Amino acid sequence: MATATASIFLRDLFALVMLFGIFSLLTASFFLNLDAPDVAMTEAAIGAGISPILMLGTLALIRNRSAPRVKKTIRATMAPILAVTITGAALIYASFDMPYLADPQAPAHNHVAPRYIQQSLQEIGIPNAVTSVLASYRGYDTLGEVFVIFTAGIGVLALLGFMHNTSGRRYSQFADTASLDHHTILHVISKIAIPLILLFAFYVQFHGEYSPGGGFQAGVIFAVAFILYAMIYGLETVYKVVSMRLIRMTMVAGVLLYAGTGVASLFLGGNYLDYGTLAHEPVHGQHLGIILIELGVALCVASVMLSTFLCFAGRAAVRPDEMEEGDKPT
Amino acid sequence: MIFGLFNYWIVILMMMLGFYVVIEANNLIKKIIGLNIFQTSVFILYISMGKITGGTAPILTEGVEIYANPLPQVLILTAIVVGVATTALGLALIVRIKEAYDTIEEDEIYLQDRTLK
Repeated sequence: MATATASIFLRDLFALVMLFGIFSLLTASFFLNLDAPDVAMTEAAIGAGISPILMLGTLALIRNRSAPRVKKTIRATMAPILAVTITGAALIYASFDMPYLADPQAPAHNHVAPRYIQQSLQEIGIPNAVTSVLASYRGYDTLGEVFVIFTAGIGVLALLGFMHNTSGRRYSQFADTASLDHHTILHVISKIAIPLILLFAFYVQFHGEYSPGGGFQAGVIFAVAFILYAMIYGLETVYKVVSMRLIRMTMVAGVLLYAGTGVASLFLGGNYLDYGTLAHEPVHGQHLGIILIELGVALCVASVMLSTFLCFAGRAAVRPDEMEEGDKPT
Repeated sequence: MIFGLFNYWIVILMMMLGFYVVIEANNLIKKIIGLNIFQTSVFILYISMGKITGGTAPILTEGVEIYANPLPQVLILTAIVVGVATTALGLALIVRIKEAYDTIEEDEIYLQDRTLK
């Protein structure tokens, strides 16, 4: 709360982004407290990991640190406050009709949720109810979300990506990291940490049916490992491992794997995304289907995140006149 | 027992903070952060609805009867990832705006547009 409040008054954009990271981490712990470990994991990886990095990348590109103070008329100051107060008051009035926090009689708990909790173990055969709802009961929704992510990734590529991708261009260090090159501690620590992060991503991916985790989280964690590597060792080193071409291919492959699983079940005589037909036993089919589509999700999410980061970073790298901007975070 | 509603009030407060930043801020990055705060408040609204007294995380184990509602968790899980993807798109647009207008202050962009006509 306090961090959210502070973000209104801060004009230093760098501090603002850092505060936003802290805010997201606090939100993640809040989610854990509300019995949502899957969501907490996602929020921690995304809110405290990827979005601040992307925002910092933007700051490095647009090279202004603070928003100038603007003189405003009384009307311009009062109008937003008035609008916010009225909307807030209306919403608080509406909240009196809502069920109390954690009330077992609340409508949200009494329609479709009990079915998910009671039947998913027999129908899907995996303990993590979040994964079975995500991948099987509501597979259409998730497919749609994957397409949204894919589209956003293409959008970023179209806006930032293609200009500098000519071969033979020498990539210099990512603007923000030009000074990280001689930090021995960072090099050593990251060498130990990055394999562990990758390993953890795989664990989250393949153990996601039994414990908190799944394709979305694993994809994000996987991308974070590469981003960390890029920040410390520079873009050139990353391009040796994964080229932009490869990332684009995996991005498409992820979506196709998900959609293709649906088509396969269609050909085997079931409905679209009805995994029961994929194997002789419906439960085995469910397992197979969930593993396949979670893999598709992870591939798509990881490559979209990575390509987005590389777009921002690559754009900073080809304009060396902006290098001096990102050096000292004060 | 009126305090049983406090989660909604926190959500509303945060939502209004984000809303305020979105309509008040002149700087486009601040606007994006405001949008993100707004978005987070919606996440909290959903997740707090899924909470249930005496419940635990929805990973089915023996000997546990009450679980939190998995459905809002699924919706929010995917929404978070979609949120960051759209945020990235917004930031990319900001970078291009900066390149075209050489500013990310809304009033200056508006001014430039006006003078062009």
